[in-house]
Amino acid sequence: MSTLAAFAADLLAGKIKVIDLTQTLSPEFPTIALPPMFGQCAPFRLEEISRYDERGPAWYWNNFSCGEHTGTHFDAPIHWVSGKDLPNNTTDTIDAQNFIAPACVIDCSVQSAENPDFILTVDVIKAWEAKHGQIPAGNWVFLRTDWSKRSGADYANVKEDGAHTPGPDPDAVKFLVEERDVIGFGVETIGTDAGQAHGFTPPYPAHFFMHGKGRFGLQCMANLDKLPPTGALIVSPPLKIKGGSGSPLRVLALVGA
Amino acid sequence: MSPPLPPRRKADPLALPRQALMPQGGRSRAALGLAAMAAQGRFALQICAACGAAQYPPRDVCHECLGTELPWRDVPTGAALLGETTVHLSGDTYFRVRTPWRTGLVALDCGPSAVAHVHPDVAPAGRARMSLRLDRSGQGVLLALPERDSPNMMDDPMIREMTCDPRGRRILVTDGRSAFGQEAARSLLAAGAAQVFLGIADGWKPFKGQDNLPGDAVQLDLTDATSVSELAAEFGGRIDIVVNTALHIRPGGPLDRRDLVSAREEMEVAYFGPLRLAQALGPTLRARAADGPYGACAWVNIHGIDALAPAPGFALTAAAQAAGLSLSQSLRTSLAPIRVLTAFVGPLEDEWHQAIPPPKVTPTALAAAIVRGLREGLEEITVGDIAMDVMRRWRDNPSTLARERAG
Repeated sequence: MSTLAAFAADLLAGKIKVIDLTQTLSPEFPTIALPPMFGQCAPFRLEEISRYDERGPAWYWNNFSCGEHTGTHFDAPIHWVSGKDLPNNTTDTIDAQNFIAPACVIDCSVQSAENPDFILTVDVIKAWEAKHGQIPAGNWVFLRTDWSKRSGADYANVKEDGAHTPGPDPDAVKFLVEERDVIGFGVETIGTDAGQAHGFTPPYPAHFFMHGKGRFGLQCMANLDKLPPTGALIVSPPLKIKGGSGSPLRVLALVGA
Repeated sequence: MSPPLPPRRKADPLALPRQALMPQGGRSRAALGLAAMAAQGRFALQICAACGAAQYPPRDVCHECLGTELPWRDVPTGAALLGETTVHLSGDTYFRVRTPWRTGLVALDCGPSAVAHVHPDVAPAGRARMSLRLDRSGQGVLLALPERDSPNMMDDPMIREMTCDPRGRRILVTDGRSAFGQEAARSLLAAGAAQVFLGIADGWKPFKGQDNLPGDAVQLDLTDATSVSELAAEFGGRIDIVVNTALHIRPGGPLDRRDLVSAREEMEVAYFGPLRLAQALGPTLRARAADGPYGACAWVNIHGIDALAPAPGFALTAAAQAAGLSLSQSLRTSLAPIRVLTAFVGPLEDEWHQAIPPPKVTPTALAAAIVRGLREGLEEITVGDIAMDVMRRWRDNPSTLARERAG
């Protein structure tokens, strides 16, 4: 039996579980809040076309609208200025081989519960590696914070001085990209960067370094607590938007039962 | 003196509510001028430009000199009640369930005699103060009031048919995130509203005043069809007045921006949002328009005065405001007999008008104007010196105003 056939057989036999890492796309799900003078990402909206009525007697369907970075979404390298000139940096040109990759999950849920401004540092990553082994090249690194268990104002956690949500410091991102050659960085919060990352040098390091090196981002994910520290296989193809900087998507994790 | 308004009682769930019928609404083009004046709360009649004779009823040719130039001018409100009839039985479907109804012949101080609705507190054969009011079909009618305000004067069923007093009514204020919405809610409660539902969009985003909101906060985002239909499903049957305070006024002309993002947001708030809300709430509101003394009665939309002619600094917003105004005008027919009150505002006292010097419209001024407009049963109010100036020029000559504003 080929590897793929064995995989398919395991999947059918329930030996591989599929875990949905996606938040439901809904109008009330918070989107990133930029200062009002900047252009804003549109929230998710649904407009009914027909619902078994005079507009379409036997069928129900909707038009929807949203930004590329609404809900659980994928960030392509072109999203950030540091990645704007890279080849194959848009949702339609990224090699599809990248859309299935394993993930390492660093559990910082306890620290994040204690401190919404928790910062992922190289030391934290190395401590995780001491326990679980070095992060292999080509893996996603997911920061588990259990933030997805919050909702509404607690989830966005916006105060007068901006959002307060966990994220990595510049050295940690550089380390993941340069020393560990990760495929991307994924989080449960609205941004791959910490809520206060506008004050870092450079600002928004997860965006700056990841995308500057052609790596990807996954944001607003859920159910990271259901993943093992290593060994989950992530399926995360964005919509094939021409020239797209990202897209809402369904993120699935395959794990051994 | 009029008896005070009975307290609001719960409706009998088994009784069919009184149908929202309207008085006869057909009018000549000349007579529509009465409605236009009543809409603004003016007591004005046609005055012959040639001989100065006041005209009533409105006409195309002067009854004195056959002059054809008959501009509308404010006239003295005094009148004498010459004779009266109280109707107890009527063949008209609207009036027959509203009798007794007092009518009379009045001699207007400005000249003509006229048949008018007569408030019960006007002394028989006494002096009266005339006003032009909009009836439930949206037409201008003469109402004789007592010369001086009498106790509970506004509680009389006849005048309540012509006004939209917030007292005792349940009101939806759509946007509680802004100071304008919060102040409107506060003022409506102070004016005796039984309940104010205050719409809050994006509750996850902090906003000024959130710890001290007047009324009952409800989730509502006019840009979200789901949110609007959920609100209508939950509270639609309890709303008597809608005050749509959602405003999204941003600076910029067509070439000042590189995209349509902001323009779309403006259209969402100024046009699509109110349209969604009207589709969701309108039918219920309209059906409850004759539901006792506290029936549904009014819909208030706020429009930047730029809706009439764009100023360069806010030209794109002006387009959205014009779309919203057009919607308001068509809602007058669609929502009838619900009164649609349009409040025109000049530059607002908010963070988006920092570069505009005063005078600017404050939340308090706008809220007070809305309460007054509802109490008087108006269809059009203009708030603030700038808006009033622009409105004057627009009435004088819209084309000249457009060029003036563009410069």
